[in-house]
Amino acid sequence: MSKPKFAMYWAAACGGCEIAVLNVHEGILDVDANFDVVFWPVAMDAKYKDVEAMPDKSITLTLFNGAIRNDENAHIAQMLRAKSQVLVAFGACACEGGIPGLGNLTTKQAILDTAFSTVSTDNPKELRPQTTFKMPEGAIHIPTMYETVKSLDQVVPVDYYMPGCPPESHQIAAVVGLVIKALKGEAQLPPAGAVIGASQSTVCDECKRARGEKTITAFTRMATFQPREDQCLLEQGILCSGMATRGGCDARCPTANMPCVGCYGPAPDVIDQGARMMSAVASVVDSKDPAEIDKIMEGVADPAGTFYRFSMPSSLMRHART
Amino acid sequence: MTEQFEPTIVGFTCNWCSYRAADLAGMSRIKYAPNVRLIRLMCSGRVDPQFVFKALAEGADGVLISGCHPGDCHYVEQNYKTMRRFALLKKTLAALGIEDARVKLVWASAAEGNILAEEIDKMVAEVRALGPLNWKGSEQLTVNSEQSAVGGRSSAVKEMSL
Repeated sequence: MSKPKFAMYWAAACGGCEIAVLNVHEGILDVDANFDVVFWPVAMDAKYKDVEAMPDKSITLTLFNGAIRNDENAHIAQMLRAKSQVLVAFGACACEGGIPGLGNLTTKQAILDTAFSTVSTDNPKELRPQTTFKMPEGAIHIPTMYETVKSLDQVVPVDYYMPGCPPESHQIAAVVGLVIKALKGEAQLPPAGAVIGASQSTVCDECKRARGEKTITAFTRMATFQPREDQCLLEQGILCSGMATRGGCDARCPTANMPCVGCYGPAPDVIDQGARMMSAVASVVDSKDPAEIDKIMEGVADPAGTFYRFSMPSSLMRHART
Repeated sequence: MTEQFEPTIVGFTCNWCSYRAADLAGMSRIKYAPNVRLIRLMCSGRVDPQFVFKALAEGADGVLISGCHPGDCHYVEQNYKTMRRFALLKKTLAALGIEDARVKLVWASAAEGNILAEEIDKMVAEVRALGPLNWKGSEQLTVNSEQSAVGGRSSAVKEMSL
């Protein structure tokens, strides 16, 4: 009997998700023992046309990481959706847009100008990448960058969401283990649309720091402040996203004395992570004087970029108007 | 004759002061712009920034948040939370490119029907001058219509929890 087929793909991503998968150590041998890896550009050679030639629904499990930034990302997302039985939005970028999603706070034009016409780039002719270029041998193409970044589920239907930047390796191992058991009929997969490999609560719930009454009179930043290791970071004036962020990471960043940046996405039953952060932060600022409040809030240097660090494309507004 | 743009404004009012101010304005037969769709909540502190974003993302041209004067909150100090939340919300809206005048915080006691009516008139005039927000239409469609018909999880959950 042939083994079930496995695929993994990166769209607009950094490659960290792939490393996280390899970080399951010898667990990767279980993947190899139970699956036939048919497509995984980082790990093995395969061409898009090989995938195109596969029958529909022939891949059992596809882990799709990365956001949708250009037409190549969208094309492969559609192709893998058609070929896969279970398509998992893997990692923050596929789930919510992730770090590339911060591009939605500006325009494609501004991004290209920064990349090709600022002081660090030697480009006297002001050249820009062309999507089509005629060569003697024929026309060549590169993908067309979209105006905005999209999460995977804004382009194709998704079966499961596995958040994190990257997803924690022990969570990946648990999910792969569950899929293997399910294939053998020993376990049941969660209902479609579920968030897997994460907790049903917030990062704060997993954080070991002592929490008291929060009364913030000024915000500070990690670069200029050494926080205590036993007290809630927010109480010390550090913007920590733990209370609006889904748990599952064992509060890894707060444990390392760094604030939560929100990579596991909105907490359960929350739609707009940034809005919840705003609500929570505003509630614990200790002032009733409008002028003083404005002064304290000045300490929040970049509210959109901070509160929506990983979730701009899947927020209610999705993008800035520019 | 060209038709004048009539903005749609969603107004969140509190049960104890600003909704009663609107009631008083009505009973006193004060004339004011009919563009605001009032929603009564128990307190302005109930206004989650998600409500404001949802209204703007789904077609409102502006949002009015109104509650009891600071110090007069029926729930002692929840409107101070509103005040602080609003400060942060304004900063975020500015980063998203939404003009200041589109989202407004107005204190109005139950006796201040005239003040609420004046503020609404002022706001409607300002938003009318800015023109439609048309948030959905402002997104340049980069994916063909068949693809964007897939709402994904985000939209399904949105229907449930708001």
